[in-house]
Amino acid sequence: MATRRVVLRYPRHLIDEPVVSHLVKNYDLELNILRANITPESEGLLVVGLEGSEENLRQGLAWTRDQGVAVEPLERDVVRDEDRCNHCGACLTICPTEALYREVATQEVHFDSDRCVACELCVPACPPRAMKVEF
Amino acid sequence: MAKTYQEINDRIRGGEVVVVTAEEMIDVVDEKGPAGAAAQVDVVTTGTFAPMCSSGALINFGHSTPRIRASEGWLNDVPAYGGLAAVDLYIGATAVVEGDPLNAQHPGEFRYGGGHVIEELVAGKDVRLRASGYGTDCYPRRELDTWINIQDLNECTLLNPRNCYQNYSVAVNLNEERDIYTYMGVLKRDLGNANYCSAGQLSPLLNDPYYRTIGIGSRIFLGGAEGYVFWPGTQHNPTAARAGNGVPKGGAGTLAVVGDMKQMDPQWMVGVSMYGYGVSLTVGIGTAIPILDEEMALYTAVKDEDIVAPIVDYSRGYPYNEGGPLGYVDYKRLRSGSIQINGREVPTGSLSSYPKARQIAGILKDWIQRGEFLLSEPVQQIPSADSGVSFKPLRERPVQPEVS
Repeated sequence: MATRRVVLRYPRHLIDEPVVSHLVKNYDLELNILRANITPESEGLLVVGLEGSEENLRQGLAWTRDQGVAVEPLERDVVRDEDRCNHCGACLTICPTEALYREVATQEVHFDSDRCVACELCVPACPPRAMKVEF
Repeated sequence: MAKTYQEINDRIRGGEVVVVTAEEMIDVVDEKGPAGAAAQVDVVTTGTFAPMCSSGALINFGHSTPRIRASEGWLNDVPAYGGLAAVDLYIGATAVVEGDPLNAQHPGEFRYGGGHVIEELVAGKDVRLRASGYGTDCYPRRELDTWINIQDLNECTLLNPRNCYQNYSVAVNLNEERDIYTYMGVLKRDLGNANYCSAGQLSPLLNDPYYRTIGIGSRIFLGGAEGYVFWPGTQHNPTAARAGNGVPKGGAGTLAVVGDMKQMDPQWMVGVSMYGYGVSLTVGIGTAIPILDEEMALYTAVKDEDIVAPIVDYSRGYPYNEGGPLGYVDYKRLRSGSIQINGREVPTGSLSSYPKARQIAGILKDWIQRGEFLLSEPVQQIPSADSGVSFKPLRERPVQPEVS
């Protein structure tokens, strides 16, 4: 299984089309919507995390492009300032993908950037502001 | 076979003292029983590292030429209290930087405030001081704008009216419609999470539930340096309900603490931003508990599973004083990652750092083993369970318009 975090930009005429549901159904992918909105220019913007086989991801995204949706890799990353993190645990229940998790034995909070989908919810929820967005 | 402070301090000076952390003491008492543990162990160290809002710094920045009576002051644009003598200012941990949008667009981010100023002072960073006065014959100057550094200040004293809460509530949100933003962190709607805030079995006052060995004059670890307890903390509530082992079942005792910020380490004095709530200061505190007798051995062996905290709804219960706790849960369960509330599995988060608490207890242990930290017997006890002292709500008395 592989994961991809991508930004999908829909032109105006595709907003009503069920592109994503087809993508998920026909290519057997798991979808995690990180952010969705319609811009003032009526362009649709969807930031998603996709999980599936490497082949299905490749084909599915190629098909999505063919529909006229611009597909770009998600360029931003959330990083942790290790010196700033206090291991308090305020982020644990905020993170939707368990990229931030606690090791029960030591009670230390770990950050698995592979599981992070850059939703950025942890950034303002971290009291010492150890979580940062990098472009 | 009771021990005295004097005997323990002699053993510290002689390099033969036996010190363990409150975590390690659990195993010692399990193995040797309270009597055996009391005979073997001289001191148990504790630690806690959590946001403590009732904190602040008292600074004296020295007299300028010509002199000013700073009736108002700002440090890095965070307002400080100037209603003291000419060049004394008190900056509180929760003061927010001027011009911050606060919660105008809810939830506000609260990026900077008094807690951050305190951290930067401790870190030795230059801080901008602005002050204004109304001008008097003896203090003619009206404006001041200068860089200051902690090393140049006459005094820079951490003076915290309330720290080290003995136990605390577990915060949840029963509102089904919206997330709430509190001093206990972001609480997701409909029991989406539960946040707690205590070092539990490592916490200073949970290891001495009746304050037998901690009181006015107790020397402590404060922000990486030596500090002292100077009074019971505000809202000190020793008569709170207790479990059979004497441990309070919710917020109870508190401590007022003081220390020299020039000796502190910014690692243990961290400015924090609580999303949608405000700013605060995370303070590192540790205590050294003398194992005077069996009873103290037993108290310091308290375990997370023996300490319970009340689950409180912060959408209505806390702000409007409605209803009681939704139930009680112990810290072992809280640290496991999820708890049961109303038959539902609720994930847990926390604001108090257990790994940092453990580190503080370890540092203090090390200081004592190296003979660098002596225990001090309280010159006065703080009120305990038998004192009748309790934490009262405000009884509002309506103000009638004056009739002339």
